[in-house]
Amino acid sequence: MKRAAIVVAAVAALVIPSCVLAQSPKVIFIKNATVLTVTHGNIEHGSILIREGKIVDVGANLTAPSDATVIDATGQYVMPGIVDCHSHIAVDGSVNEGGMAVSSIANIKDVLNPEDPDIYRDLAGGVTAANILHGSANPIGGQTVVIKLRWGKPASDLPFEGAVPGIKFALGENPKESSFQPPPGIPQRYPATRLGVEEVIRQAFIEAREYKKSWDVYNTRKAAGEANLIPPRKNDRLEPLVEVMEGKRYVHAHCYRADEILMLIRVANEFGFKVRTFQHVLEGYKIADEIAVSGAGGSTFSDWWAYKVEAYDAIPYNATLMAERGVVVSINSDDAQEARQLNIEAAKAMKYGGMSANDALKLITLNPAIQLGIDSRVGSIDVGKDADLVIYNHDPLSVYAVAQKTLIDGQVYFDRQKDIDGRAALAKEKQDLLDKEKKAAEEKKPDDASGGDAAKKKPDAKKKSAKPTAEGISVGGAL
Amino acid sequence: MRAAVAALALTCCAIAMAAIESTGAVAAPPEGGPPRYYAITNARIVPVSGAVIESGTVVVARGLIQSVGTSVTIPPEAWVIDGKGLTVYPGLIDAGTSVGLGDADAGAKKPGGPLPTSPEDRPGTTPWRATADELKTDDKKIETWRSAGFTTTLVLPDGGIFPGQAAVIDLAGARPGDMVVRATDSVPISFRPVGGFFGFPDSLMGTIGYVRQVLDDTNWYAQAEPIYEAAPTKNERIPYDRAEVTLADAKQKKEVVLLPANNSIQILRALRLADEWKLAPVLYGGQQGYDVADALKNKNAAVIVNLKWPERAKDGDPDAEQTLRELRFRDKAPGTPAALAKANVKFSFYSGGLGGPKDIQKSLKKAMDAGLTADQALRAFTLDSADILGLSDRLGSIAPGKIANLVVTDGDIFNEKTKVKHVFVDGRWFPIHEDAKPEKPADKSAPGDDESYKDKHSRAYQGDGR
Repeated sequence: MKRAAIVVAAVAALVIPSCVLAQSPKVIFIKNATVLTVTHGNIEHGSILIREGKIVDVGANLTAPSDATVIDATGQYVMPGIVDCHSHIAVDGSVNEGGMAVSSIANIKDVLNPEDPDIYRDLAGGVTAANILHGSANPIGGQTVVIKLRWGKPASDLPFEGAVPGIKFALGENPKESSFQPPPGIPQRYPATRLGVEEVIRQAFIEAREYKKSWDVYNTRKAAGEANLIPPRKNDRLEPLVEVMEGKRYVHAHCYRADEILMLIRVANEFGFKVRTFQHVLEGYKIADEIAVSGAGGSTFSDWWAYKVEAYDAIPYNATLMAERGVVVSINSDDAQEARQLNIEAAKAMKYGGMSANDALKLITLNPAIQLGIDSRVGSIDVGKDADLVIYNHDPLSVYAVAQKTLIDGQVYFDRQKDIDGRAALAKEKQDLLDKEKKAAEEKKPDDASGGDAAKKKPDAKKKSAKPTAEGISVGGAL
Repeated sequence: MRAAVAALALTCCAIAMAAIESTGAVAAPPEGGPPRYYAITNARIVPVSGAVIESGTVVVARGLIQSVGTSVTIPPEAWVIDGKGLTVYPGLIDAGTSVGLGDADAGAKKPGGPLPTSPEDRPGTTPWRATADELKTDDKKIETWRSAGFTTTLVLPDGGIFPGQAAVIDLAGARPGDMVVRATDSVPISFRPVGGFFGFPDSLMGTIGYVRQVLDDTNWYAQAEPIYEAAPTKNERIPYDRAEVTLADAKQKKEVVLLPANNSIQILRALRLADEWKLAPVLYGGQQGYDVADALKNKNAAVIVNLKWPERAKDGDPDAEQTLRELRFRDKAPGTPAALAKANVKFSFYSGGLGGPKDIQKSLKKAMDAGLTADQALRAFTLDSADILGLSDRLGSIAPGKIANLVVTDGDIFNEKTKVKHVFVDGRWFPIHEDAKPEKPADKSAPGDDESYKDKHSRAYQGDGR
């Protein structure tokens, strides 16, 4: 799902520090905060002790060790870092490989972009982990990865260690490409109907099953000592599907309508796997029992409605209704901007459905962590978990809440005051570089008339130059 | 009379050279043709592979460097160039050009035909194409590059993910094949999606996934083919796939695989992929190497640096927002060669989209202003470049047995005031800004100093019809 971005009023639109981290202290003591643990209530005037990136103590009557760096959070709120179960940030290039209906050959992990400013902007909204998904152009999309928003670190440091990799599926209008027609001469990609979407998924799993079988047969015969056997080809498109059937890869399925959700549950049963999360799942409230029985989680929007035909039946009570029937529910952003206010999105569940404040917080912390299989590491403020925390100046479920500091692994990755303090220096650096370029351009002009291969060309000569073999002119983009 | 010949050479050295070749008049090699023996005496010699010789002699014999030093024997048949006041360098290598391909874009695929929709359609994949087969001796860029001291280039194919195999050529030859040092030297890969909006692949991640599959298929073929040949009755027949066959052959020959990577994200990604794909990491682009030089060193990577430094788009909106990231990149990119040298990362240069040697020199000056020393620059343009291309046993330095690719200048080769006086390509002499011919051997029978030489020479020139 790709919605029109709303206002991209980023906290740090111009001022992205290339590295926000100095050497981080090993022991941190956050004191005198309202600690929203999510799992065992709120602690007034509470403290959190962090060592080597882990929470080692939480409570009301703690004292700071002498070697600790103290963060005074008097009057402030600490909650677990927000986990966004549906995000497309930090991706280099397109988030869709749309050229074929089954694009599992593509892997988001190959194209993580650690310098995407959206990482920092989302950090500024309290997000510490995100499920980076392929787009929804294909019945079976690309491989996906859960990351921590470790701004300033290289791409190889972003993936959430030990998190089960995923794969994107999509049902309905997007994969059947109902909203665009190719130009004349280019055939419409199959599938073009919901029946076709099901067929493509089933066909892919039949192929994957056969593929797995061909390897099993080969390995058996080889183990029996047979010589001169040609191994099967490694198929990078089918291997992820074999992993799905073996439970080694989670399916995150973009979906809207109840009928297609039931369809995918049936297909999954047929091939012996479970859908890990239904994403968007706007009609999930109609079939909450069936989703709960299937074991899938539901990751939905707060109150988005009617932006396309298949979203007409969406209701803002969806999260509450699914949760009441036993579905593990999260609220996701699907949008770099909205990810900055997931706390408010969660709070809407209190208005629509009367969810408790703690359950609302779970929608963006513990529940998405459970859905992504990372709840032993993050999602609540408990001893032993990663110190992925966000400190707000107000109750995070209030519209007045603004994130002050965001920590991942006990390191401060976003500090609002430091950001504000650093803006002038960055603005100056930028202005200096602009001035330098301007000056160089002015000096260059008279020189151009005499030198350079372009200037040297005869006036009547046809313009010829060495063909560029690799562009690489801009800092971004593919070569 | 001599002056007339020299003037002619000065006016149009390439044509003069062709004339010499066709008349066979200047020297006296037994088989005819131009002289095959030269000695450059009393010259400052920068061998790159060893210490500078302040005044010494280089002897060129039959295409190779025969000897170099302060006390070398000059063969009696050698034509002698008095190198007093001149400096001899190894010929420069431009490790990525379209020089020699002419202006026709022979390789680029025209759109049309069925849309590729799966890896099996092999989108943008023509590794069997060899630029060595598409060379044109009349490409004017050959002379332009050569006259600036470039004797060797890597000729890159363009268009596609596996556009073809790149040839290393020397910049002189009567026929295309004469130029080729190694026809299939390297396999450049591009990560630019080729599927447009409706075909496969249309994304960076799809393209990388596709490259991975092609390499898997290549490995599979390399493994499966001998098994099938050994036991055809036991296995299903292997379908013929030209891409697999060619790439398996390239792998067996240990051809260099060139991975694209310009900014730091791309560089670190390419290093990871090279690890995963078990390739020796040779990256092209490399312009943000200043940020990741240590990582490059740790992986023992080599970088072919694009000399077309990033600049603000000329026709861009003057009011367009410039990000700090772009500004920093444009500011620091020319510092990459110095940073790589400091980190002891092996690198060379390619001119890529630059118009010609003048632009190369300007770009290089920016790199030197940013800290690259002349020695480091020379090494990058010669021996290290040859090494990266797997040809340091025959190119890149002035040492006995190396191909006689030399550039003779009247000063420091990277000084913009310096003039290139002579260039030798495969031991063949090209006067550039030189009005004095080599002195012919003492052997009286050697022609070249009589009327017949001039006549033949002139006739050949006129007869050439150019």
